[in-house]
Amino acid sequence: MSRKNRNVLSESLSVSAAQKAYIRKHLLRIRRIRLYQLLILIGSVAFWEISTRIGIVDSFIFSSPTRVVKTIVEMTACGQLFYHIGITLFETLISFALVNLIGLIAAVILWWNDSISKVMEPYLIVLNSLPKSALAPVFIVWLGANIKTIIVAAVSVSLFGSIITLYSDFKSVEEDKIKLIYTLGGKKKDVLFKVILPGNIPSMISLMKVNIGLSLVGVIIGEFLAAKAGLGYLIIYGSQVFRLDLVIMSIVILCIVATGLYKLLFYYENKYTR
Amino acid sequence: MSELLRIDHISYTYHSLEGETPALMDVSFQVNDGEFLGIVGPSGCGKSTLLSLIAGLLTPSSGSIYINGKDIKSSGKNIGYMLQKDHLLDWRNTLKNVTLGMEIQHKLSDNSYIQINEMLNTYGLIAFKESFPSELSGGMRQRAALIRTLLLEPDILLLDEPFSALDYQTRLEVADDIWSIIRKEKKTAILITHDISEAISMSDRVIVMTNRPGTVKRIFDIRLSIPDRTPFAARSAPEFKDYFNSIWKELNHNEQEK
Repeated sequence: MSRKNRNVLSESLSVSAAQKAYIRKHLLRIRRIRLYQLLILIGSVAFWEISTRIGIVDSFIFSSPTRVVKTIVEMTACGQLFYHIGITLFETLISFALVNLIGLIAAVILWWNDSISKVMEPYLIVLNSLPKSALAPVFIVWLGANIKTIIVAAVSVSLFGSIITLYSDFKSVEEDKIKLIYTLGGKKKDVLFKVILPGNIPSMISLMKVNIGLSLVGVIIGEFLAAKAGLGYLIIYGSQVFRLDLVIMSIVILCIVATGLYKLLFYYENKYTR
Repeated sequence: MSELLRIDHISYTYHSLEGETPALMDVSFQVNDGEFLGIVGPSGCGKSTLLSLIAGLLTPSSGSIYINGKDIKSSGKNIGYMLQKDHLLDWRNTLKNVTLGMEIQHKLSDNSYIQINEMLNTYGLIAFKESFPSELSGGMRQRAALIRTLLLEPDILLLDEPFSALDYQTRLEVADDIWSIIRKEKKTAILITHDISEAISMSDRVIVMTNRPGTVKRIFDIRLSIPDRTPFAARSAPEFKDYFNSIWKELNHNEQEK
């Protein structure tokens, strides 16, 4: 962001004073926004710390920034922290990959065969609107309290929505683009590989941005119920043994992980779409 | 000039749950080799249906279509179809867009790039080989779409109101452009339009169709007494407005019958 702005500024050296003033104003505005964002963060952390120090709230229940940092340091020292983060990340990425792969294949099948899509439609709608956390206990009984359950639970959270979204994106491709392929002597597979799939890469990436968040949600739900490790496990464990430091720390780390994953996809989106 | 395409008493009916709609009724005409044929008619008279039938995208309810004396149902058809918009694919550059048809028909080899580059060069797109459609002007896009079609070496080109998406000024330029390319490549073409002037300026013959169900109402031979005919120059030919009036009358007569 800042580098882009600097480029704009250097180019502007050859342009009019009014343009320079405009750019300066723009940069000032961006800096002011950044400042406010930072102030909110610092302000709320400081307020949290001070209110636990002077006893407005009990730091045993609400934890405090210093206690969270202390927990992070302790857990990093014994290697526990990265182990749990690693488990959650691993489960999230596997679920994310499975959702995208299965979702894409299913959407292609539905697009390819109109009869299948008509037959499946009511089932997809029911499965999509069903709260997937209701299924998690069933998965535990069927698959056992292990990583399989967590991944299946996470996949189930976003899979059906993905299929429906992808399928309707495939269906909304301009009719004449499809006709074009046929006029050039193409078959249905050419329509798929030359138009439908490449034309939908932007929508697939924006769907992935939704799915990465949902996969994390699914993994945490799964870990609440059926895990021996991971950030979701730490949250449940911490609340049961009343170590709120552990709970709050896990939530803080989750914030960072979620943002990181989203930013990663954002980076790829910029790289692959013009 | 020998006969290239013959439309023999074809009819076509669309079916839907609301009922059936006859789109074409007993249409017959023939197109000679190297000829530029214009077809005008009121909207909804089945003009586009006719092109889809010739292109083999639809099968006639009755009647037959012959190319070089052979029924298109049995002989392999080789027909270029230009749609109303250029439909260049946004994610492909110019080169990849013009080769799309060859790619689909597995005709793309190292040798074909010589011909492709030659064509891009002749029609002023060589400098834009690596550009994406969003960087091309309306005229360039139409030319790229035409090259995409011509590279498949079609016997007949079908033009389905190919200029209707362009603004008026570009439209005149692009019409000249496309027309000269088609003449230069010695292709036979069928142009569908609702613009009478466009039909007269580009065609050797103009077919006027009736309201739905469409059938051939009258065929005009366009003979203009100007040297070096181009669509733009044709508009200032002395006979131009007479043809315009006659075709206009035919079309309006249609309306009254309705």
